Amino acid sequence: MSDATLNTREATPEAGFGDYVALLKPRVMSLVVFTALVGLLAAPGYVHPFIAFCAILFIAVGAGASGALNMWWDADIDKLMRRTAKRPVPAGKVMADEALAIGLTLSAMSVVFLWLATNWLAAALLAFTIFFYAVIYTMWLKRWTPQNIVIGGAAGAFPPMIGWAAVTGDVTLESALMFALIFMWTPPHFWALALFINSDYENASVPMLTVTHGKRVTRRHILAYTLLLAPLAVGTAFTAIGGWIYLTVAVVLNAAFLWGAVRIWLRDEATAEADNYKTEKQVFKLSLLYLFAHFGAILAEAALAPWGMGGW
Amino acid sequence: MGHGGLVMSFREPHELHTRRKGRNIGVGLTLAVFIFIVFGLTVVKVTRGDFEPPRGTQTEGS
Repeated sequence: MSDATLNTREATPEAGFGDYVALLKPRVMSLVVFTALVGLLAAPGYVHPFIAFCAILFIAVGAGASGALNMWWDADIDKLMRRTAKRPVPAGKVMADEALAIGLTLSAMSVVFLWLATNWLAAALLAFTIFFYAVIYTMWLKRWTPQNIVIGGAAGAFPPMIGWAAVTGDVTLESALMFALIFMWTPPHFWALALFINSDYENASVPMLTVTHGKRVTRRHILAYTLLLAPLAVGTAFTAIGGWIYLTVAVVLNAAFLWGAVRIWLRDEATAEADNYKTEKQVFKLSLLYLFAHFGAILAEAALAPWGMGGW
Repeated sequence: MGHGGLVMSFREPHELHTRRKGRNIGVGLTLAVFIFIVFGLTVVKVTRGDFEPPRGTQTEGS
């Protein structure tokens, strides 16, 4: 490489190490780490602490890899949305081919190493999660159907199931319920967000429900999914991962979330615009607390169990 | 390597090396962590007996 070619890089922003980290969507990764950790710690059985640490790390790397593949594929639409325009690929810091190479390499490494560290089922679930997010959601559903969030939400729901499988080598009712909790939570969470950042999705022609069917229908859908979510979340309290702590958290937060969904459903666009989508923003924030608290409660039940306080 | 090569080796670092210092340190640390993890996993797996042959497969001489 000559000095001339080296100097031409001055004109375009050059990627630092942080830009490659940003490619792995660290904020999404933090949710993956938390829910996978809860799945792993709530699972019956013993796992060596270093193996547990490695399992969580490989699950996080796998999630990051699928994030890189998502950024590679979606660079064209990410450029058009304020929320995503500064991502490394649309900002021109990391080349799309680099994102693809990093995504594929880290995908393969995370799956193989999770297999070596734990078992084939956990690795297979991680491989399927990466495939589901990168191919089924990103390449297929996202630009095709307003149900993209509903079906694509499965990708974000797998981590606790993978954490559980890493310990038990099995998929059980409890791990399926943790999956279902995130799966059913995702639509109201994202649609509440979509209600107040609608214009971004319109610019990128992403068929978000708010764009294709309007906000009235979206408000109805939020309520419907919250109504389905509540019994599922409360019912989980009566399984092996539940207990008094979880039940209390679930009853309080589902009542609050349901009330928020009803308020969103009752509002019309004029009222929402008048107060700058105050209720929608409140419910979106509540949805973050909702998921964190539910998984925090499962973790608390598991942590207190050795002292005879967790569980039933 | 001739006289020119010696002069080259003592030249000030190229601007590229200064510019990419952060990235290079990051990659170096990542590789170090990767080595530590592979080593750690191996130690844990060996010490808890994952790689021991099943009982009954040992030869008579051993």
